[in-house]
Amino acid sequence: MSTTENKTIAFNRRSFLKTSSLASGGLLIGFNLFQACKPEVVKEAAVDLAKLDYKDFNAFIKIAKNGAVTIFSPNPEIGQGVKTSMPMIIAEELEVPWEMVHVEQGILDTEHYTRQLAGGSQSIRHGWDALRQTGATARQMLVNAAAAQWGVEASECTVKEGVVTNAKGETIGYGDLVEAAAQLEVPEEVTLKEPKDYTIIGTDRVNVDIDEIVTGKPMFGLDYKADGMVYASVLRPPAFGQKLDSFDATEAKAVPGVIDVIRIGEKANALLNQEAKNWTAILSSSDKVVVVAEDTWSAIKGKKALKTTWIDDSPLESTEMQDEKLMGLLNGKTFTNLRKDGDVQKAFAQADKVLERTYESPFLPHNCMEPMNFFANVTADKIHLVGPVQTPEFAAMGVADMLGRDVKEVHLEMTRMGGGFGRRLYGDFVYEAAEISNALKKPVKVVSTREDDMTTGVYRPAIKYRIKASVKDGAITGYHLKEAAINSNMYGLIPNFFPAAAIDNYQVDVANYSSNITTGAWRAPYTNFLAYAEQSFFDELAEMMEVDKIQMRLDLLEKAKGHNDERIQYSPERMQEVIKMAVTKSGWGKQPEGVYQGFVSYYCHNSHVAEVADVQIEDGMPVVKKVTCVVDCGIVVNPLGAKNQVEGGVIDGIGHSMYGDFGFEGGKPTAMNYDRYRLIRMKEVPEVETHFIQNELSPTGLGEPTLPPAGGAVANALKAATGKRIYKQPFMEDPGFWKTAEKPILG
Amino acid sequence: MPTYQLKVNGKETTVEASEDSPVLWVLRDHLDLVGTKFGCGIAQCGACTIHLDGSAVRSCSLTMASVEGKSITTIEGLSEDGSHPVQEAWKEVDVPQCGYCQAGQIMTASAFLEQNPNPSSEEIKTAMHGNICRCASYTRIHKAVAKAAENMG
Ligand code: FES
Ligand code: FES
Repeated sequence: MSTTENKTIAFNRRSFLKTSSLASGGLLIGFNLFQACKPEVVKEAAVDLAKLDYKDFNAFIKIAKNGAVTIFSPNPEIGQGVKTSMPMIIAEELEVPWEMVHVEQGILDTEHYTRQLAGGSQSIRHGWDALRQTGATARQMLVNAAAAQWGVEASECTVKEGVVTNAKGETIGYGDLVEAAAQLEVPEEVTLKEPKDYTIIGTDRVNVDIDEIVTGKPMFGLDYKADGMVYASVLRPPAFGQKLDSFDATEAKAVPGVIDVIRIGEKANALLNQEAKNWTAILSSSDKVVVVAEDTWSAIKGKKALKTTWIDDSPLESTEMQDEKLMGLLNGKTFTNLRKDGDVQKAFAQADKVLERTYESPFLPHNCMEPMNFFANVTADKIHLVGPVQTPEFAAMGVADMLGRDVKEVHLEMTRMGGGFGRRLYGDFVYEAAEISNALKKPVKVVSTREDDMTTGVYRPAIKYRIKASVKDGAITGYHLKEAAINSNMYGLIPNFFPAAAIDNYQVDVANYSSNITTGAWRAPYTNFLAYAEQSFFDELAEMMEVDKIQMRLDLLEKAKGHNDERIQYSPERMQEVIKMAVTKSGWGKQPEGVYQGFVSYYCHNSHVAEVADVQIEDGMPVVKKVTCVVDCGIVVNPLGAKNQVEGGVIDGIGHSMYGDFGFEGGKPTAMNYDRYRLIRMKEVPEVETHFIQNELSPTGLGEPTLPPAGGAVANALKAATGKRIYKQPFMEDPGFWKTAEKPILG
Repeated sequence: MPTYQLKVNGKETTVEASEDSPVLWVLRDHLDLVGTKFGCGIAQCGACTIHLDGSAVRSCSLTMASVEGKSITTIEGLSEDGSHPVQEAWKEVDVPQCGYCQAGQIMTASAFLEQNPNPSSEEIKTAMHGNICRCASYTRIHKAVAKAAENMG
């Protein structure tokens, strides 16, 4: 566990830092966050410092002669607030007032990023050290410049709010030091601030893009325009398992505004056949029909006028058939073991009591508010790509491969993203835009409608869990978790989450079958459903054992203490702390009459969370009125933004577990738009009360960890309120199930 | 394609568009007013909300033929400089996450407060129920509408 006490850090500055003076006067520090966050990549990428220029750095601090500071944030914003919180960390160490800081979105120049395949997650957790070091390095250089000017030791100088002061009380502002500072060597070692001295980290800061957002400035991919740009609407197979046979574009071409109708897929399909390029697995193997038009509406209209025939290429799946297959897997013997402690079978055989339950979830589409879209302009000497994608390096490399071009010719700009939730990790729309532009020799923007987006997604697959536990002499002796999923299974450290280490005989087994429906990561992959399954199970287990639900969890955590298993990264101590605080803050057990509570504690994405949901019965139906959420995510960089994330995660978790329903019939999704797919809305939203554990530990994830527990807290509260336990999401699939006669049947 | 005369953000505007084209796409693609967002195209999400002669409407489901001679306000024209009380409240509360739905939320809220300057908490919920926020910034949207009402009062 890394703490943040005052420490002097030597780091490989050459791998990611470079400074110089600006032509206009001032200091520029470039740093490469990709490399800084991924030391293992640094080793691979032999960096020749002499040959680098500033394009090699994806983030910069610029300090102008007037002392104004510009921080180029390398991270595209998907709504998680990093464009505000990451620069806050730099500004803190740099010792400048936040009001003097201007944040700009940096451009990813893929020409220089051929080796940073790691991509993806550059969260606060990964950036924490690198960002602090960068800010501190700049600060140290400015102090060194001042010290040199005064002819004193740098250690005699202090710095505050962009002004350096010496022992005699003389002062110089950063603006007057930048030119000298830019000539200096980058210091090998810098001292980081102590958390108790923070003046920016831990304070509320409004989203840096707020003015642009509330005035509707163009920021999103969908807003991007270029000279001569045409709009494209893509017709993909209506059912998973179908392929394009033929099409007739006569009527489509007659739609005013339609420029052309083309067939694409040849190039993407060729790429798809290269097994090794597994990031293309999300591409459809069918050809597609593209209507190109002067504006979006004409393209959409033209697409509706297309006449197409599709042929069945592989089995067309239905929800019913998927359910059967998944149940078959759960009942079968084709599991892969992911963790095995002790002997669960023996524990079950010797038990006084055994509890076994099965939990089921549907597919879920991501439904980013901004539908998938991308701009491409493929010309003889360059491939220009612009839009919302979370894996720019993958997309750039894939497009270069697909078009037989050098990745150095790809220039990719990331835009602000109207939500991600995992969907924009998969750049299928980037390939489409590039293939279309390449065929047309024109700048083009591919725009998905909501229907395109929802019916040709990269879904969270339906999953089923079966959990079995044994009790002997009042103790939990065995725990066996089985997962049946589609296309892939839980990965990473998930099998080592709680209650691993807390129960001697513990086993996790997984199985999946391959489907032609594209599936992928969805906000908090696997745990977004697993948390509900396990935490409802614990409640029921406590009921069977006739013990207190909270005490049972605390006791298990007590038992988990002192293990020396590196795979187990949850902290029993931190988990106990969030549980105790949630009990106090939610008034657990002391709720007024008519309020029924459900409890969950959960660890994922390196954060510890406890949530309590309050449910009341209104007109015979249970209603979620309030959620109390306690989070230990280490130091909270920007509490104002962090609370937004927590609330969003909790409400999203409630919404999808209550209403999120998505299935297939003949390979076709059962919902295409928000009329059939229900998302949580204002009147269904409970009050959310957020508390952070105050500590000085390194910050951890916040965009995801509050989501998984929410469904479990609601399910447990619904049980308390109605006496009914539900084993299937969405909870409100059959609202009649919950109808009570006002007076709950407690059981 | 026919030509339409209308007032957009206070300016007399002539635009050529097909008569069945939703106002949304004309604003975005032809008039360069991309603040109005596309979310669903079927009047279900509110991302495309604009004011038509002062009332909040879904521009994705409003054809050009139906707005001839009328006056439209988009997020870009709600105020000169982002100082409309609803915009101010949005900044004060720090509402947005990804931000994509927020123009629609603000347009719905501003038209609603024009009709009902003193809403109850329940009335705010009902008024904003038609606007989806996929990031679920709902609690802050609610707070900001209440704050705007307070500041306007
Ligand atoms: S885009 Fe108009 S209501 Fe959704
Ligand atoms: S802020 Fe992202 S959809 Fe509302």
